[in-house]
Order: sequence, then C-alpha cells, then structure tokens
Amino acid sequence: MSFNLQECYRQMNEGDVLLAYKGSITTELITNVLEVIESKLVDIKTASATRKKVYNVLVESLQNLFHHIDDIPEEIKDEFDARFGILVIAYEGDYYRISTGNFIRSQKVPELRKKIDKINTLSREELKEMYKYVLNHQKLTPKGGGGLGLIDIAKKTGNKIRYRFNPYNEEYYFFNMNVFVTVEKRSR
Amino acid sequence: MESIIREGTSKTPAIRFDAKQGLIEMKGRSIPENSTEFFTPLVEWLDKYAADPAERTKVNIHLEYFNTSSSKCILDIFKKLESIYKANNEVIVNWYYEEDDEDMLEAGEDYESIIRIPFKLIEIDDH
Repeated sequence: MSFNLQECYRQMNEGDVLLAYKGSITTELITNVLEVIESKLVDIKTASATRKKVYNVLVESLQNLFHHIDDIPEEIKDEFDARFGILVIAYEGDYYRISTGNFIRSQKVPELRKKIDKINTLSREELKEMYKYVLNHQKLTPKGGGGLGLIDIAKKTGNKIRYRFNPYNEEYYFFNMNVFVTVEKRSR
Repeated sequence: MESIIREGTSKTPAIRFDAKQGLIEMKGRSIPENSTEFFTPLVEWLDKYAADPAERTKVNIHLEYFNTSSSKCILDIFKKLESIYKANNEVIVNWYYEEDDEDMLEAGEDYESIIRIPFKLIEIDDH
C-alpha cells in the first residue's frame, strides 16, 4: 500500500490542534501563522518561557520548511500548490507539538536522515558546541539558510526530533517531522 | 557619516546606528526568511565606520527573538566591532535579555565566547 497523504494529514491532526495548514509555504503564510499562534498562546495563558520557546521553534521549523521544500512530484502537480507543505501545531498536555510535512527528493534522504540521527544522539552540551561551531564556520546560503535550524530546534526543545520518510514514488519521499516543546510547569 | 535609523517590523528589529554618538542599537525581533538582505547594509555601514570610529562605541542589543539565519549576520556585526576594538578603540556590548529567557542569555554567552570584546549580559525584569 503506497503512502496516503490524506491519512498522514489526519494523523498529524490528532490532539488539541491550534492550527493546521496544508498548501503553499510562502513568506506571507509564515508571517500570518506566527501572528495567529502568538495571539493564541497569549489567550491560553501559557507561561512566558514556554511561549517564547514555542514561538522560536516554530520560526525555525517554518523557515526550514520554506528553505528546503522541493518541487512537488510531476504527476500530482495539478492536485497540489507549488511549494506544497503541511503544518500542524497541537497542544498535547505536556507538550506543544509542531509537525511539518513536505516532499523531498529521494537522493536527499540519506543525508538528512544522517543529520537528524546525529543530532538526536547529542547531549545538550554537545549541541551547544555544535551550534557554536556551525555558527562560526559555516557560511549562509544565498537563500539565507545556515544549517543551524535543526541544531537550534534540538538545543532549545531538549527533546528528540521525531521523523519519518514516507516513500511516495521512485523520485520522492514525503518527509514528516515532529518537534516537541515541553510545557513549563512552574507558574509565575 | 549618515546614521541608519529603521523602525522595527514584525520580522525585523528597530535599528539605530549613529556614528557621531558611537551608538549601535538593535531592538525587537529579527526573524526574516532571508536575513542577508536586511543585514548587509548594516555590515557595510560598520565597514565604513571602522575607518573612523567614535572614541567609545556602545552597542546595545535587545532582542526578543532572532532566528538562526539572523544569528550568523549578528555574528558578522560582532566581528566588525571586534576589529574596531582590536584597533585600540573602546567598544562595549550590552546584551539585554528578559529574566525568564534562558535561551537569549545563552545566545549572549555564545557570542561572548566567540568574540573578544567586553560583553555585558544584562537581565531585564519585565514584571
């Protein structure tokens, strides 16, 4: 049975969803999403430390998506927007979950998998060192990506990045990534 | 030398680069998708400023959020300031962070450990 995008979206939408979106990932969309989430987080009276973390991690997740999205597979070009991506932000009691999904070319999969697996094995101190090293040594790409997004997400959340590469066809996978921000229990 | 003064937006910080006063200020959010576009003119301004800096350059960085794309550009700014400092000019960086914002404190510490200029981490009580 091949990968079913609708089913994937349904699964991503489990829990108490603050915002769910599927479609084109543009600069304007990112601006709108950030505005909506910022006001929702204020409404639900999340502790300010958690709110800042969710916001920060959301910015990185969205911009990662924005910078790394691959063109959608030829045979479904009529069904989907160009720069198609999925975003779901859900509250799960102990965590805020930020889920993203996008098409990725098969040849990029091994490298991305290796990168996330590596990040997931690192301790907080090691992530801090890796962040500083990349910050100081790696140049920005013309699009403005710096290879720091995933490291920053792992460092700020302190949680493992969960992901899945769903085979779509020979050339493409649908990449699904979940990051979790722990809700700060200390109320102020 | 002309100052750069920019209002803050939802994705870019308020900027005040004032050569006469020796004041470099950045306040608000820095989360543009492409930070190079925003920061390049600022880095270029500092290049010129470095040729004839004020006796004392005071740098106030008070950011609420910044993305990893900006973090590299902010490092570029600090590197320019470091060269001004190394040329025997006084430079002091004030890095402001809200009291519950450990990530922003840590970001300041990261820069402090990379850049060799006097760095003050200043906690702000916003309650």
